[in-house]
Amino acid sequence: MSIKVNNVSKKFGAFNALKEVSVEAGAGSLLALLGPSGSGKTTLLRVIAGLETPDSGSVYYEDEDVTSQSARERNIGFVFQHYALFRHMTVFDNVAFGLKVRRWPRAKIRDRVRQLLALVRLDTLERRLPSQLSGGQRQRVALARALAIEPKVLLLDEPFGALDAKVRQELRQWLRRLHDEIHVTSIFVTHDQEEAFEVADKVVVMNSGRIEQVGTPQEVFEHPASAFVMDFLGNVNVFHGRLQDGRAHVGGMQFDYPDYAHQESLPTTLYVRPHELELHHGPSEAGSLKAHVERVNPAGSVAKVFVWSDEFGIGMHVELSSERYNELRVRPGDTVYVSPRRVRAFVPEPEYVI
Amino acid sequence: MSKSHRNVLPGFRLSLSFTLIYLTVMVLIPLAACLFKACSLGPAEFIEAVWTPRAKAAYSFTVGASLASAAIDCVLGLLVAWVLVRYEFPGKRVIDSIVDMPFALPTAVAGLVYSSLYVENGWLGQFLVPLGIHAAYSRLAVVLVLTFIGLPFVVRALQPVLESLEAETEDAAALMGATRMQTFRWVIVPLLAPAMVTGFSLSLARGLGEYGSVVFVSANMPFRTEIAPVLIVHKLDNFEYPEATAMAMVLLAMSFSLLIVINVLERWSKRHYA
Amino acid sequence: MPEPARVISGAHASSGRDHPLLRRILIGLTLLIVGVLIVIPVVNIFVQAMGGGLWGYFSNLFSDRDTRHSILMTLIVAPISVAVNTVFGVAAAWTIARFRFPGRTLLTTLIDLPFSISPVVAGLMLVLLFGLQGHMGPWLREHNIQILFAMPGLILATTFVTLPFVARELLPVMEAIGAEEEIAAISLGASAWQTFWNVTLPNIKWGLLYGVVLCNARAMGEYGAVYVVAGHQGGRTYTMPLQVNKLFEDSRTSESFALASLLTLLAVVTLAAKVALERRTRRELLAATRPSEVPETNDLPHAGAGPPSVRVNQTRLRPELIMTTAKPVDSASAAPSQGMAGA
Repeated sequence: MSIKVNNVSKKFGAFNALKEVSVEAGAGSLLALLGPSGSGKTTLLRVIAGLETPDSGSVYYEDEDVTSQSARERNIGFVFQHYALFRHMTVFDNVAFGLKVRRWPRAKIRDRVRQLLALVRLDTLERRLPSQLSGGQRQRVALARALAIEPKVLLLDEPFGALDAKVRQELRQWLRRLHDEIHVTSIFVTHDQEEAFEVADKVVVMNSGRIEQVGTPQEVFEHPASAFVMDFLGNVNVFHGRLQDGRAHVGGMQFDYPDYAHQESLPTTLYVRPHELELHHGPSEAGSLKAHVERVNPAGSVAKVFVWSDEFGIGMHVELSSERYNELRVRPGDTVYVSPRRVRAFVPEPEYVI
Repeated sequence: MSKSHRNVLPGFRLSLSFTLIYLTVMVLIPLAACLFKACSLGPAEFIEAVWTPRAKAAYSFTVGASLASAAIDCVLGLLVAWVLVRYEFPGKRVIDSIVDMPFALPTAVAGLVYSSLYVENGWLGQFLVPLGIHAAYSRLAVVLVLTFIGLPFVVRALQPVLESLEAETEDAAALMGATRMQTFRWVIVPLLAPAMVTGFSLSLARGLGEYGSVVFVSANMPFRTEIAPVLIVHKLDNFEYPEATAMAMVLLAMSFSLLIVINVLERWSKRHYA
Repeated sequence: MPEPARVISGAHASSGRDHPLLRRILIGLTLLIVGVLIVIPVVNIFVQAMGGGLWGYFSNLFSDRDTRHSILMTLIVAPISVAVNTVFGVAAAWTIARFRFPGRTLLTTLIDLPFSISPVVAGLMLVLLFGLQGHMGPWLREHNIQILFAMPGLILATTFVTLPFVARELLPVMEAIGAEEEIAAISLGASAWQTFWNVTLPNIKWGLLYGVVLCNARAMGEYGAVYVVAGHQGGRTYTMPLQVNKLFEDSRTSESFALASLLTLLAVVTLAAKVALERRTRRELLAATRPSEVPETNDLPHAGAGPPSVRVNQTRLRPELIMTTAKPVDSASAAPSQGMAGA
C-alpha cells in the first residue's frame, strides 16, 4: 500500500518542524528518513502514523485521505525507539495485545502470537517479562507486536538507536531480509547514514524541516543535490575557490567544470570526497597541490592519509585503497602532490535584479 | 517534540473537565462562600471583629506557639535526621519508620495521650510536675504537642539534603584546619539552610491550623491558652458567622502566604541544589 | 503538606569523621527524643486501653451505643471520601501528567490548597454554604435535605480535607513512567478505556495504593473539620475521633483510650503499609528508567533448522529467510566510513 505525503507543515510553538514536505513511498518499499536531530524526520514519521496532526497538508494511504484519521484508525504498526513494551505483561501478552483489542478468538490469537515469536526467534521466551529481556530481544518483541495486527504499513522510529553496535548490525540486516519477504510498506527514521544505506531501497535526506533529496543510496551519495547532502553523507573536504568559464580554480589546481560556462568568476565552495583525491610522488599535468603528509592510518581496507599544504594553509583527508597505499608507501613528512578526480560545487540559482 | 499528547492520548477533555468541576465544587465554591461572607462586613467592622483583645490574644498565642514548636522541631529534627542519615545502629530502620507516626496518627489521639501523660499522675507528669514543669493544660502543653506533630516535616525535609552531602567537602575543610564544629557551622549548615527553612515553614503552617490535638491539651482558656481555631469555633457556636469568617480569613491569609513562601523556597532550592 | 521522598542507605560516608563518643551521644539523644515524643505516647495508649483486661477492652468499645455508632460512621464516611478522592486523583494526575495546557501549574497549586487550610476553616466554609443561615440553607430546608449535622456534611468535610492525597502521590509516578506505553497501545488500536485499564492502571498500582493508604489514614483521623460540621450533640453524627473527645470530656477515660487504641492500630498499619509500598514504588520507578542489564544473546538466525513458515500480511514466508546467513557487505558499493568531515 503506497503512502503519499502532500505539502505537510507542522509547527510546535515557535519551532517549525516541517515546512511543506512532500514525499512518496511506493507500495512494498522500504524507505529511510535520514537527517540530523531537529531535521523533522521523526515528526514526519509521526504525522504519517497519525500520532501528530499536521497544521496543513494531507497524508494518503493508497488513495484514501487519512489526514483526519487518528492513529488508532489507521491500522499501522509502530515500533518505538525505546520499545514501549508493556512492562507488566509477558512477551506473549505484549504481542497479543493488538489482537486482544480487536477481539480475535483466543485460539486464533495463540496461533498467531506463536508464529510471530517463532519469526523473531523468541518462542522460548514467551512467558518472560520485558525486564528480563536484553535490548535486542525487547526490540524484536516490539517488532512482533507491531506485525501481529497485519498492518498496512510499518513505521519504525530509530528502532536500533538504543542498542549496542553489534546488535544493531545484526538486527538491521535481519530487518532488511524480513522486509524482502513480507513486503509491507515500511518507513524508518535514522540519523545513522550507514544504517539508512544498508537497509533502505530509497533514502530521504532531511534538514531543518525540509527534504533535501530523495533517491537510492547510490544516487544520493554519488550525485548529492546540495552541499548539505554531500556534507552529511560521509566525509568531505571543503575548499574555497572559484568557477570561471568552464573551469574550477582551487589554489594552484585547475580542472574542467563544464557545468559553469559563464565568463564571470564566481567564488564558490568546492567539495571533494576523500576517496576522490589522488596522491602522487611528483606533480601531475592536470594540476596538483603540493603538500606534506601529516598522519597516516593504514588500518582497514582503506588507508586514511591526512596531508597539509603550507602554501595554502589547508588540510585534506585522503582515502586510498590498500593496494595504492602499498604502491605509494607514503610516510609522515613525505612530500606528495594531491589532485582531485572529481570536484563538486553547488551553485545557487542566479538572482535577477530588475 | 510535542509532549502534549493531546492529539494521541484520549480523555483530555473529559479528565480536565472532571478535574475542574470537582475542584470548583469542592474547593473554590466553599472558598468563595467564605470570601463573600467576609466581604459582607465593611472594612471597619472587619477590623473590629478580628482585632478584639480576645482575638488578638488567640492570634498571638497561635502564632507564638507554632513558631516555638517549629523552632524546636528544627533543632530536634536536625539531630534526628543527622543521626538517621549518617550513623548505623540496630533498629535504625524501625526508628526511621516511626518518625512518620505523627503523620499517621489522628490528632485527637495525640491530644488525648499527651494530655494524659503529663498530668500529675501521668507516666511522665509524675516526674515533671514536682519539678514545676506543667506540660498539660498549659501553654507548654500546646507547644509540646505541636512539636510532636511538626517533627516529621523537618526530618523529611532535611534527610535528602543530608544524604546528598559529599564527604569530600568535609575532608577538604578538615585539611584546611577546620575543627568539626567549624566545619559544621561554615560548611554544612549553609547547605542545609534552605531545607531547614522549608521544614520550618511546613511545620509552622501545620501548627497554625492545628485543632484536634490542641483542643485536648490546652484547656482552651481565653487569653491564655486559646488558639485561634478554637475561638473561631466558639463564634460559630454563637452564630456570630461574620466574625468567625473574618477571623478565618486572617488565618487563611497567613496560610496562603506561607504556602507561597514554601513554593518559592522549594523552587529556589531545586535550582541551586538539584 | 508534601513529604519529600528519601532513601535510607547505609551509614553516610562521612560518619567516620565524627568522634565515636559524639556519635554515641547523638544516637542516644535521638533515641530519647523519638522515645519520649513518639514511642512512649503510643505505648501509653495501648496500656491505658487494656487497663481493664481484654474483656474490659471489648466492653469499652462495644457496649455503648454511641461509641458503636461512631465506629460505624467512620467506617462509612472515610471509605466514601477516599473513593471519591481516588477517582479525582486519577483524573487529575492523568490530566496534569499527560497533557500540557495553559494554567497547568495553577491547577497543581489549586489541588494543594486543602493542605494549607486549617480544618476548622474548612468546616466553617461548609457551614457558610449549607447552614440554616448559609447560602443554600433556605433551599435545603425547603427540600428537606440535611447536609450539616448529618452524614453528607461529614463526607463533604472529610473529602475536602483529604482531597490532595491521591493526586499528589500519583502525579510524580505517572510523570516518571511516561506516556510511551499508552501511545503504543493506542497505535495498536486500543480504545481509551482499554488503554487505561490494561496499560495505565497496572503501571500505577503501587503509587495508587500508597496514595489511598495515606488518604484513608487522614480521613479516618480527621477531627477539626468534622467537629464543626457535626454539631455538638454527639450521638448520631460523631466519628471516632470526635467520640474519643466526647468520652474524655465525660471522664470515661478507659473507653476513650479503648477507642483511641483502635485509631492507633490503624496508624501503625498505615505506617507498615507506607514503608512496604514506598519501597515498591521506588524500585519500579528506578527499573523503569534503567536500560536493560540482560546481556545480548546470539540467537538471531544464522544456520540451523528454521521454524515453520509464517504468514505475515498475506504473504507466505519462506523458511530460507530464517536460515540464510548474512551476506557480506559489498565494499565496492558506495558505503563510506563514518568520521569527521571537512578539512
